[in-house]
Amino acid sequence: MTAIAPDRDTRDSHLAEVELQRHLSTTWGSASGVWGALSNVDHKVIGRRYIVTAFVFLALGGALSLAMRLQLSQPEARFIGPDRYNQIFTMHGTNMMFLFAVPVMEAMAVYLVPLMVGTRNIAFPRLNAFSYWMFLAGGILLWVAFAIDTGPDVGWFAYVPLAGPQYGTGKRADIWAQMITFTEISALAVSLELVVTIFKQRAPGMSLNRIPLFVWSMLVTSFLVILAMPAIMIASTSLILDRLVGTHFFNPAEGGDVLLWQHLFWFFGHPEVYIIFLPAVGMVSTIVATFTQRPVFGYLAMVMALITTGVLAFGLWVHHMFVAGLPRLGESFFTASSMAIALPAGLQIFCWLATIWWGRPIFKTPFLFVLGFIFTFVIGGMTGVMVASVPFDTQVHDTYFVVAHFHYVLVGGALFPLLGAIYYWFPKFTGRMMSERLGKWVFGLIVVGFNLTFFPMHILGLQGMPRRIYTYQPEMLWGGLNMFISLSVLILTAGFLLFFIDVVRSAFHGRPAGANPWRASTLEWATPSPPPCYNFQRVPVVSDSVPLWSDGEVLSVASGLRVDRRELLVTGVVDASPEARESSPGHSVWPFWTALATTIVLIWSIFTPWAVVWGAIPVAIALTGWFWPKGTPEDES
Amino acid sequence: MREAVVVDVSHLTRHCDGSASPAWWGTLAFMLIEGTGFALAVVIYLYLMSLAPVWPIGVGPPDLGAGTVMTVLLAVSLIPNLLVSRWAGQQEMRKVRLGLIVMSFFGIAPLVVRIFEFPAMHLQWDQNAYGSVVWLLLGLHTTHILTDLVETLVLTCLMFTRHGDNPRRFGDVSDNAMYWNFVVATWIPIYVCIYWVPRL
Repeated sequence: MTAIAPDRDTRDSHLAEVELQRHLSTTWGSASGVWGALSNVDHKVIGRRYIVTAFVFLALGGALSLAMRLQLSQPEARFIGPDRYNQIFTMHGTNMMFLFAVPVMEAMAVYLVPLMVGTRNIAFPRLNAFSYWMFLAGGILLWVAFAIDTGPDVGWFAYVPLAGPQYGTGKRADIWAQMITFTEISALAVSLELVVTIFKQRAPGMSLNRIPLFVWSMLVTSFLVILAMPAIMIASTSLILDRLVGTHFFNPAEGGDVLLWQHLFWFFGHPEVYIIFLPAVGMVSTIVATFTQRPVFGYLAMVMALITTGVLAFGLWVHHMFVAGLPRLGESFFTASSMAIALPAGLQIFCWLATIWWGRPIFKTPFLFVLGFIFTFVIGGMTGVMVASVPFDTQVHDTYFVVAHFHYVLVGGALFPLLGAIYYWFPKFTGRMMSERLGKWVFGLIVVGFNLTFFPMHILGLQGMPRRIYTYQPEMLWGGLNMFISLSVLILTAGFLLFFIDVVRSAFHGRPAGANPWRASTLEWATPSPPPCYNFQRVPVVSDSVPLWSDGEVLSVASGLRVDRRELLVTGVVDASPEARESSPGHSVWPFWTALATTIVLIWSIFTPWAVVWGAIPVAIALTGWFWPKGTPEDES
Repeated sequence: MREAVVVDVSHLTRHCDGSASPAWWGTLAFMLIEGTGFALAVVIYLYLMSLAPVWPIGVGPPDLGAGTVMTVLLAVSLIPNLLVSRWAGQQEMRKVRLGLIVMSFFGIAPLVVRIFEFPAMHLQWDQNAYGSVVWLLLGLHTTHILTDLVETLVLTCLMFTRHGDNPRRFGDVSDNAMYWNFVVATWIPIYVCIYWVPRL
């Protein structure tokens, strides 16, 4: 195979534009129909599926919060019983963290990172397809279990002994633990792909100091996933083992320890917050740059802040355990580190403010969401510094103050930038603009509705209202604020409904966007909207960090890639100098079969450990089918 | 947008090996994931040990025999493994085939030894937390031997087919050899943890 020299005709060098596009469409295109859908490995198709699925889970999780607010709107309400309520708040947290927040951020990166670094597909595209099917299967498992009254009811962090074999009877906690396995496999797979895509597939010339800030944020996030998620996989596996085969990891009577669970969970759980937050930071930087029409102030400081946040994220987990009775020295250390992480966050805020100060702000919807983010996140950050203090935390632990705090951080810090990002990149995804008029309404309803809903929770928490209670007595005098919150949720819900309506309407009837409607600087805007299956007809070449601003009319490109096989450029890790014309694997249905076989093993193993033995056989067969060469041009070397 | 060709990449190779290749980085990232998992399992062991009044709980330290044989066996396997990797780099098909067959045996042999390691712990996984964590450590490592063995067997078969004679396959062999090094390297801290820490 090595002896085959390609004809000059199979290179893109001498092809006219129409001819080039025809060849590339044939090579990179996908089949139609069910089979084509199951075997598709285009990062844009997978990314789109991921985003849509994650937003479906957002809507479902939102419906659960409406149910909770209905029940809590008045004292001693009888809409939902305690058992169902336990399932609902567990499902809400689990769904939002594992099926929405992390996957949607990864999903945005799956779609955008390859375009932003100027390559034709993500690294390991089949693994990418596999990861989506695993995510989908994990989500379906959780929701089907809930529908048949087997939804987890042990809180989104499933503390033992409540989740252990003694108290957590039935299969509810197992469903939670195994759903973790599904979503973590999927998140780890995507992170691995992103790291390799960012390291090895950047456009020639995109040295480390020219990588877009969103891509930097996804690189740091991916490393956080790689280093944090094994903790939750080990933890959830140990929990299943305790429940299924009688191990004693968390059983104090036999030398185990319940706090071990908390340590393992939060060693993952705290970085998880940054796994959700850092991509949002990248989105904010991107949007700020575009809507002030200037590069973000302090590029190096921003990158360093991302990395510092990533490192510090692993030194905070014990602040979730301040009331667990740990040594005071340990608590002091974690107080200090929890306060320290406010420094890189603050640094970034000041860099954005400086950018806006020196730029010419354009107040379109994506930018409005960024402003909403800065305002809301700063409040969440300040209550974060408050709960980092042990005496204060001891007072408000497990109260609605904490609920208010983390919704400010997660919704304000991640969901607002995400909604801004959807408004920003929707034209790229679909080729059509979302409505600016509706967008302003969406922004207003969501930001106002959010603050009216969650700010009073600080007060309720200070008044002593605990989390996770399904009702309360009239004598507690919490009824008025709770009714206010439940009514405010309707404003928030109206905002989200309007957002979904705008998305659906704009997808079909939105104004055509053109390649670069916002006059942005990054490479995803150098190709038509939506991008063709091959992303770029010729791979871009970069000579600074704002390639589309340095010469708005002309795009520097590389030529010499083959058009008769899926070929992309592999470049150096540091300077992105071209190293090889590597092939990218084509469509395959094997990732789907592998995901199906893995799903069977994982669900079966909730019931018997032998599932792992017998179920491994079809998984091995599917993996062999996946990797076995098919004699395609992509296999040539 | 108008295009201006500024770089010609037609002279570049159609495939890259070693640290230039995405597959190499992918394997490295995978090893980082797995390595973190191993490290955390060892941390669980040490954490539970720090809480226990007596360690090991309820039994004496594990018998050294099987574990030490395992360590020696894995260390010896590095020699053919490094040779296979070198031959793959030189694309010497006959030697690679031979080496892969040898490495398949070096994948099976530790599994046989492992059968004797579990009883050497003197207790079951469900007797106490000490039993649970040593079985977890051994189980985790066994899974890695098993997965690498399956991969080696598939690669061995592949190298005897028409698809074998391809630099891409030799690259796969090298990456597989790198992964075996990782399986051996992770065993050392686990061996020390399981067999020697209780003797301190």
